[in-house]
Amino acid sequence: MTVHLSLQGVHTYIGRYHILQGVDFDAPEGAVTMLLGRNGAGKTTTLRTIMGLWRASTGKITLGSTAIEALKPSAVAREGVAYVPETMAVFSGLSVRENLLLAAREGPLGEARLQWIFGFFPTLRRFWLSRAGALSGGQKQMLSIARAIVEPRRLLLIDEPTKGLAPAIIGGLIDCLNALKRTGVTILLVEQNFRVACEVGDHVRVMDNGRIVHEGAMADSAADAALQGRLLGLSLGAHP
Amino acid sequence: MSAIDFGAALPRPRTDIVPALIPLLVAALAFPFIGSLSSFVTLTAAGLAMGMMIFTMASGLTLAFGMMDVLNFGHGAFISLGAYVATLVLPPLVAWSQTDSLALDLGVLLLALAAAVVVCGAFGFVFERLIIAPVYGQHLKQILVTVGASIVVEQLLYALFGPDQIPVSPPAALRGSFLLGDAAIEKYRVFAAMVGLAVFIGQTLVLNRTRIGLLIRAGVENREMVEAMGYRVDRLFVGVFMASAALAGLGGVLWGLYREQVHASMGGELLVLAFIVVIVGGLGSVGGCFTGAILVALIANYAGFLAPKLALASNILLMVVVLLWRPRGLYPVSGR
Repeated sequence: MTVHLSLQGVHTYIGRYHILQGVDFDAPEGAVTMLLGRNGAGKTTTLRTIMGLWRASTGKITLGSTAIEALKPSAVAREGVAYVPETMAVFSGLSVRENLLLAAREGPLGEARLQWIFGFFPTLRRFWLSRAGALSGGQKQMLSIARAIVEPRRLLLIDEPTKGLAPAIIGGLIDCLNALKRTGVTILLVEQNFRVACEVGDHVRVMDNGRIVHEGAMADSAADAALQGRLLGLSLGAHP
Repeated sequence: MSAIDFGAALPRPRTDIVPALIPLLVAALAFPFIGSLSSFVTLTAAGLAMGMMIFTMASGLTLAFGMMDVLNFGHGAFISLGAYVATLVLPPLVAWSQTDSLALDLGVLLLALAAAVVVCGAFGFVFERLIIAPVYGQHLKQILVTVGASIVVEQLLYALFGPDQIPVSPPAALRGSFLLGDAAIEKYRVFAAMVGLAVFIGQTLVLNRTRIGLLIRAGVENREMVEAMGYRVDRLFVGVFMASAALAGLGGVLWGLYREQVHASMGGELLVLAFIVVIVGGLGSVGGCFTGAILVALIANYAGFLAPKLALASNILLMVVVLLWRPRGLYPVSGR
């Protein structure tokens, strides 16, 4: 199994707060690695640090053979990394089409690629010329993910894509993530919905207090109720 | 651009035209009080020309303010610098600019405008690198350093060009007025209005039809996400700031020729007006800036005619009324 993304001893401060306190983990190539943990464990900070939006004070982050911990966000993105933030961060003053045009850095929007995306998110076709700000939360999430995959990328960093979404929309997202996985892209996915994690995840890394406290196969974690209760405070019965 | 177009059957974005109609409403309300049609036409034409000149200066400010989140109190320095550049370019070419040839006169004027754009754009590059870059995200420091820099530039202009006002005249072909019915309309004002309109159309096209424009509009909303999508926002910022400075310089030349005099503190005086326009229009909104500039200028002209004592306060009153109605300006930009 080839390691695609690797973090070694990563520390990140936000102001005077020491958020990441030596994060070590690998994300294998072409697989979905779930980053789980309680609120405030440091999951979002980990994604933002990989993306260069917050600078690691110490530690190494490598993408393939390239060290990216000192790169600016734009340079990290140009290494083939796409980021879907928890806030979705769609450009609400721009239309759906303009949001995607901007995301297509390498040139014009590819028609085949768009049709592939519309297969998962037909709503985007319907609101093609509408302002992104007028979309519902679920539609914005679709746009945010579509923006990240409008061109092939090497690594997708996705932060809580199902947060606040209706079950029907979550189903479409799961289909999309599984289809993406089949394209061979590496995905690091922060998710609070354990059922979604079980359906799309290959590997799991659990964070607590700014450190990785558990690593393993997602299927093993899904079968281990004691582990879920101990590390995630989860009871699957409480998450229908 | 994409070959894919799903536009015909899809919902179009709704356009908010109410703020754009306000200048018309103001003109309609002012007309009965002014009484005379010729006076009304003259005042309205003067207001539109003044509005276009203010827009040219203020649109640079709103771009820098809206996109870069930079409170540039040194914007006035670019206005003054642009006007002074015109005083260097026009006098040596006076033999060409005082002929009966409209083409030659316009050519000389366009040369002066182009020189101001280039010099102010280049100065904007230096200003951004030296003064603005170290204080991104620190508003208080931005105010302090840009006010300080504008004072330095103003004093340098006084030192280089002397303390006296420098007279400067439009080319012969643009002097005087023509009659529209009984109303006299100054030729130069028509020219200035056309330049301002061209700037507005140009900016609108760039912002709406080009990738750079998309980036600027996206950057106004969320700089971080634009960076995370792989774009060098720092470079974009330098370009935007240069364009902002160039527009200020262009407006400075237009205003200097309109007032037929140039002095180093003119930029500082116009900066107040530019800030009012930017706030009334909505931070970062070029369309709002355009509407706001016309509104400010029309009201100043009508108030100056109807109630001269009220003219000085008219802009402040306008700002208060607009902000009570729309606290984020006529055309608020998402994310601001």
